[in-house]
Amino acid sequence: MEFFIISMLNGLSYGLLLFMLSSGLTLIFSMMGVLNFAHASFYMIGAYFGYTLNQFLGFWPALVLAPVLVGLLGALFERLSLRKVHVYGHVPELLVTFGLSYVVLELVQLVWGRTAVEFVPPEMLRGPAFTLVTHSQQGMDWVLGAAPAAMCQTADAAVRIVCSPFPATRAFMMVIALLMLVSLWLLLTRTRIGLVIQASLTHPDMAQALGHNVPRVLMLVFGAGTGLAGLAGVIGGSTFVTEPSMAATVGSVIFVVVVVGGMGSLSGAFLASVLIGVIQTFAVAIDYSFLTLARDMGWTLSAAAQENTLAKLTVSQVAPILPYLFLVLILIVRPKGLLGTREG
Amino acid sequence: MSDYALELRGVTKKFGKTEIIRGVDLQVRPGERVAVIGPNGAGKSTLFNLISGRFGPTSGEILLAGQRIDHRKPFEINRMGLSRSFQITNIFPKLSVFENLRCAVLWSLGYRYTFLKFLSGLKDANERAEQLMEMIRLDKKRDTLAMNLTYAEQRALEIGITIAGGAQVILLDEPTAGMSKSETQRFIHLIREVTEGRTLLTVEHDMGVVFGLADRIAVVVYGEVIAFDTPEAVRANPKVQEAYLGSVIAESQAGGH
Amino acid sequence: MSQAVYRFKPINVGRWVIWSLFALLMLVAPLLFTSNLSVTMLAQMGIAIIACLSYNILLGQGGMLSFGHAVYTGLGAYVAMHALNAATAGTLAIPVSLLPLVGGVAGMGFAVLLGYVTTRKSGTPFAMITLGVAELVFAMSLMFSEFFGGEAGISGNRVVGQPFFGITYGPQIQVYYLIAVYTFVSVAAMYALTQTPLGRILNAVRDNPERVEFIGYNTQRVRYLAFIIAGFFAGISGGLATINFEIVTAEVVGAARSGGYLLFTFLGGATFFFGPIIGGILMVIAFVLLSELTKAWLLYLGLIFLFMVMYAPGGIASLIMMNLRVAKYGKLRQIWTSYLGLGLTALVMLAGAGAMIEMVYHLQLNSALGDQVRFMGMTLNARGLDSWFGAAFVMLTGLGLFELARRQYVHEWGEIQEEIEKEIKRREMTV
Repeated sequence: MEFFIISMLNGLSYGLLLFMLSSGLTLIFSMMGVLNFAHASFYMIGAYFGYTLNQFLGFWPALVLAPVLVGLLGALFERLSLRKVHVYGHVPELLVTFGLSYVVLELVQLVWGRTAVEFVPPEMLRGPAFTLVTHSQQGMDWVLGAAPAAMCQTADAAVRIVCSPFPATRAFMMVIALLMLVSLWLLLTRTRIGLVIQASLTHPDMAQALGHNVPRVLMLVFGAGTGLAGLAGVIGGSTFVTEPSMAATVGSVIFVVVVVGGMGSLSGAFLASVLIGVIQTFAVAIDYSFLTLARDMGWTLSAAAQENTLAKLTVSQVAPILPYLFLVLILIVRPKGLLGTREG
Repeated sequence: MSDYALELRGVTKKFGKTEIIRGVDLQVRPGERVAVIGPNGAGKSTLFNLISGRFGPTSGEILLAGQRIDHRKPFEINRMGLSRSFQITNIFPKLSVFENLRCAVLWSLGYRYTFLKFLSGLKDANERAEQLMEMIRLDKKRDTLAMNLTYAEQRALEIGITIAGGAQVILLDEPTAGMSKSETQRFIHLIREVTEGRTLLTVEHDMGVVFGLADRIAVVVYGEVIAFDTPEAVRANPKVQEAYLGSVIAESQAGGH
Repeated sequence: MSQAVYRFKPINVGRWVIWSLFALLMLVAPLLFTSNLSVTMLAQMGIAIIACLSYNILLGQGGMLSFGHAVYTGLGAYVAMHALNAATAGTLAIPVSLLPLVGGVAGMGFAVLLGYVTTRKSGTPFAMITLGVAELVFAMSLMFSEFFGGEAGISGNRVVGQPFFGITYGPQIQVYYLIAVYTFVSVAAMYALTQTPLGRILNAVRDNPERVEFIGYNTQRVRYLAFIIAGFFAGISGGLATINFEIVTAEVVGAARSGGYLLFTFLGGATFFFGPIIGGILMVIAFVLLSELTKAWLLYLGLIFLFMVMYAPGGIASLIMMNLRVAKYGKLRQIWTSYLGLGLTALVMLAGAGAMIEMVYHLQLNSALGDQVRFMGMTLNARGLDSWFGAAFVMLTGLGLFELARRQYVHEWGEIQEEIEKEIKRREMTV
């Protein structure tokens, strides 16, 4: 049971991180028609900026400053490079961001090296946010922070105690992501510029025709989107690992999220992010394979079947490809995406 | 077997909660020339999109020579004998004039997705493309890339592509948009020539064109056809005068056409 | 600028001459460049040319941006490798010469399977789907070690069976000629495709997918067929790679490989048929030579790509064609001084920037070896302020001069284009 709760929370936090990234991507795509291939690169820059700023200014200033810097970089890129290519169409725009991802990767490796750097979260966020203590006789209880060692051990051989901590960094990730979600929702539904953004999510041509597609707004949107990615980077980098390959790892998943959720749909991106986040987290922890299932069910398999690679595959081994299987499935069953309203 | 080249029965179209087309019945006879007029936003382009298959009606039926074409894919409808042009010029910009036309005739001549024949060896396709080029008077610009033509030439090419496949029902969406008076006159001439014997539906704003070209006029206002009759009858129709024509007719009468 | 290019028709030398020259060149190349490295590179160039041309069926001819083309070259390579091992084991009687065709059929098969889902969308969603499928296949490569060979990959021996007229495919030169034959035939076939109805309709789909429906063609079908044909030639490239390298590892289906095809096909020029040929050649030169020259080669590549997309989206091929047109109208003389100016100032700027980049890389990777960096025949001190100031000064000077040269060039180019336009109109009138 505690496994379920902790895994669920882990999955949710990962999914919310994915949403932080994919929301920025969706916004940029909807308002500008540009698919920012380098979005995950800005995520990475955010993490590295956070790491460096953390060393000089501490975590909390870094948390605020790094996204701003990343957003400025994004706006600068839009101004200098993306704008030039806008006239050529969407494919060259995609290509320019593709080229940027290469350049960013190399520059990051140039400045910070090719190995992972230790981006340590602040004192407050180390250790667990809370711990679930499951006592085989007394049931489940939870303790704020880390459970004292005495609670997790017992001399009694008949009793089993399992202590499952939930990392504070993860909890923090969820808090920030939810805050961001709420402020985004408020921005979109309560402010004028939010209405404009909403309009362009579903009817980009109309929003353009109404004169809202001023270059400055574009630069702002791109900067905001990349800033969000940078924020996710600070949090993701301190929670997970900060290394040059982090962009590639998360990059393809957020593209899947955006297609599965439905291009241009923020709620779709949310749904898909959480879904994929939760399913992947659970899958990684499950060591079941078809063979173990058969054994538990008491089926007898032929010798050949027992040797079959497919049958031997555990769910945890399959976990990395689950998002992409999802993608293929969605494309066959519901090409518009889960909540998509536009034909991409 | 239906008597009508094109028929709409109780066609409605809703986008979300907004009803754009609110019940249209239309019967177009073979070989007839129908002009579709109406104020902006009345739903003329939507009607065209419905007929040509860009999207399907919310309810109702559309029939082409007696066969249902609503909810079919555009290429299916095209193969059944209906072709359309677009308000914003929709040609193949990086291909030459000749190539544009040749592409447009390929399917109707039976060349499917073949990659085992060379284009230069397809005599009938090449001849037909040459014929079309002469018909639309672009033979001097044979090898010019479509994106380098003048606006009027591009519109002519647009017509050429539309009629190339031999469709029996042609939909022209504001063919003379953006043209000067003299260009328009020549263009109408061209349209009349190339659509000889075929059924024609055209959306037009230029009343001179409408009254000169059309056998019957369909007046579309707020998603409904409020009149569908000969030009004289439409001119005299009080509903039409009230809703739309009014001063426009007086203008065209004064200007002559 | 790009509008003017398309009017220009290529030099009307007889087709036969061009193709014969091409064949002759491939025949004679290893006799001109005889070193081992050269022959190896030539062999790889053939493989790369076929891969890039097959990629351009999608990109340049069909307007389909794929981020996962390596899936088809890679899977073709894997299947060909399994076939090779089967031939060695005696379970499959197939001559090594026909292995690339096995790869081609495999590539085609996977394209039929995966392409169905992939070509359901177009444009940006299509690109993302290809990315997702590529990641899927790459991730699977770690799961199915029987087919993919796990970390070590699958190796084989191309010398199998009885020699055929003395050909064992042991020596690299023999492999080169095999590759050359396949390259010539593939290039000819892919060129022929552009002259067929399907090829032309594919271009129409690229230009205006909606309109194509209204001339009777199912746009999705066209894309699917193009995808399958591209997959076939991709598989051939993979099969040739199997023979050439005698080992296949998971990276052949990886994102880096796919990205490389995209990068170099675009760099060579997607809008002309021969552009990807240039791209393929550049790809091999970059991977084999450039990577030896400097650790920063990927950075330079990325920057070059960025600038190409912004300033010359037609690639090197379009640059060549534009200047050929200028030459045809006899205006090359006017502008070559501008080019010289551009080139020299760019070199100065790059020298400065390159020095700085090399110094940074040195500090990063080789600092244990001391602070000296050799760059362009000079010794720089990676920790010395004077080296840094010097490099920065050179770069900034170069940048300033380059900007001046660039403005001059743009001005002259504009003038020349106007003159050419006038000349064209004049000629049209007199016809």
